Amino acid sequence: MTEPLVRIRGLGKSFGPTRVLEGVDLDVGRGEAVVVIGPSGSGKTTLLRCINVLETYDEGSIQVDGVEVGYDGPPGPGRRPRRDGELARIRADIGMVFQLFNLFPHLTALENVMLGLTRVRGMPKAEARARAEHWLARVGLSDRMSNLPGQLSGGQQQRVGIARAVAMEPKVLLLDEITSALDPELVGEVLSAVQQLARDGMTMVVVTHEMTFARDVGTRIVFMDAARVVAEGTPREILVEPRHERLRSFLARIEMKGH
Amino acid sequence: MEYHLNFNFVWKYADKLWWGLALSVQLAFVSILIGCVIGLALALAHSGGNRWTRGAVAAYVEFVRNVPLLLLVYLVFYGIPSAGGFAYDATTSFVATLAIYSGAYLVEVFRAGLDAVPRGVIDAGKAIGLTPWQRFVDLRLPIMLRVVLPSLSNAFISLFKDTSLASVIAVPELTYGANWIKTNTFRQVEVWLVVWPIYLVTGWAILAALRQLERRFSLGRRR
Amino acid sequence: MIDFALRTLPFLWDGLLVTLHVSAVVLVVSLVLGVAAGVGFAYGPLWVRAPLRLCSDVLRGTPLLVLIFCVYYLLPFAGLNLQPFPAAVIALSAFKAAHVAEIARGAISSIAPGQSDAGKAIGLTFAQRLAWVVFPQALRRFLPPWVNSVTDTVKGSSLVSLVGIVDLMLAAQQVIGRTYEPLPVYVLAALMYFAINYALSVASRRLEARFAYIRE
Repeated sequence: MTEPLVRIRGLGKSFGPTRVLEGVDLDVGRGEAVVVIGPSGSGKTTLLRCINVLETYDEGSIQVDGVEVGYDGPPGPGRRPRRDGELARIRADIGMVFQLFNLFPHLTALENVMLGLTRVRGMPKAEARARAEHWLARVGLSDRMSNLPGQLSGGQQQRVGIARAVAMEPKVLLLDEITSALDPELVGEVLSAVQQLARDGMTMVVVTHEMTFARDVGTRIVFMDAARVVAEGTPREILVEPRHERLRSFLARIEMKGH
Repeated sequence: MEYHLNFNFVWKYADKLWWGLALSVQLAFVSILIGCVIGLALALAHSGGNRWTRGAVAAYVEFVRNVPLLLLVYLVFYGIPSAGGFAYDATTSFVATLAIYSGAYLVEVFRAGLDAVPRGVIDAGKAIGLTPWQRFVDLRLPIMLRVVLPSLSNAFISLFKDTSLASVIAVPELTYGANWIKTNTFRQVEVWLVVWPIYLVTGWAILAALRQLERRFSLGRRR
Repeated sequence: MIDFALRTLPFLWDGLLVTLHVSAVVLVVSLVLGVAAGVGFAYGPLWVRAPLRLCSDVLRGTPLLVLIFCVYYLLPFAGLNLQPFPAAVIALSAFKAAHVAEIARGAISSIAPGQSDAGKAIGLTFAQRLAWVVFPQALRRFLPPWVNSVTDTVKGSSLVSLVGIVDLMLAAQQVIGRTYEPLPVYVLAALMYFAINYALSVASRRLEARFAYIRE
């Protein structure tokens, strides 16, 4: 088996006295779409934010393409948290789409996508524009490129967020509950954009509450509860034939809410 | 040559500083009282008045706010008596200046405060049969005062600091006391090393006390 | 009366230029220092924020006149001999910088933390996030109160007359010393201050109105 693209070992983190991550191990292979599910407060969003070091982690290791992301070396005494400039280079290769979009409100849709290309990749303006237009077209926003975020619907804003992330051509894409702030009728357009990316072989780590989305897009599903990974398997193993007790009760609660 | 700090001269004339500080606080206090009367009266005149009164209030506010306080101090103390052929003592003149000055700022504060009284409260007052005067004294005024209290605290601190300008017309407040000691002992370093913290600590103490007061009267969380 | 104004105006005019010169220097210096301090307030670790907080509170808690005297008399004691002009400009700038820092802090912290996250996620460094994400958005919160406070600097600059700098205020005093006609000269000087500051406050109100309509 080839080396996984994302390799997480013994990951641990506390907020004060609270353990939010405890001994998390996870591998994400190239082209895989790993979906993380679990009750709120289970640590899944924190796990995702650790992968691009929006949160620091205290113990263990996260490697993306063989590079430890948060520190200058493997776990052990005396490893140094990475500096701002090093983190910027690492993050440039890890895309992220946010729950609340986090678009830059002072920039148009096109400028939102171009910012990273020109400022981080150092791309000439014309080339960056061409690539940004390409990705905005891919998510169906050809006619909205010169709009400010405030002039776009939630679903449109989130598709700009996706274009902004993938235009950087990241090695891995992190999706943090990207539909939970959207009106139900706008969820579909965002999910189909992500499904397209998955089909094209984009490596993804997805945190979501949408079980149908998890089933359709996920090559593997991870269930987290109380800061730990509790169960892991194919969509069928996790969603259709759940064996773990806590997983079953979690799915039952989700089911109840859905109907 | 090394300069040796010697605070003995400052302690020798310490009463100039303490009486000066007391006068500074009094100047600020009397000025804000008169300023509140001016501010409230003009705020009411502005909200109830016709175009001319509103224009006059606006002219007063704009003039005072756009001219340095120092110039107003000179204007009132030297300028106006010279034309009228009369004179008043420096302290009275300074209090008048600071009152006129603070009044212009407080008009805005009180106007905002009056606007902040909910219309529904006044309607409720009408509904239980209060007269217009009762509605003003029992409803608008007390509610408005609670709303503007934080702004009044800030204005008072600001006026306390402004009293240092009274030294330019020889009102014997704290800065004047400092300058007097400096001129008579040449110990300017020591004197300012003492007077600076006096201003700071007094200002902070007054502010802390006023914040305490605000908390007691705040509309939000009364127990 | 017109004759009187014509005779005194050239003196006041020279003073006015000094007033504008002092104000302009103070505004530029305090803007640079204040914005830097505002960034320190918003993003700095405790060992940066704590001394900044102390400096800001001390500067804002001191009467401006006292601050000018303190800089003028205390800095030489610390081994820095200063002419009145730089001493006064340092005092005014420090005082103004503390106020600018508070405005900048408020403007920066009004921006949602998700904006910094998004900037980080596409690989922007701290300086790049400030330049391309934070400052452009903070500007609309910063500019109206800052422009509004410019008049304070022009008014505050009149205190430099008390350490012997011949600005508009001291020029007026000197004219009075020769003509013994305080009222008209003071009124003339007041009108000159008023003209500058009223123009500035009208400009700031326009600016505020313009920024109020910008969509979130």
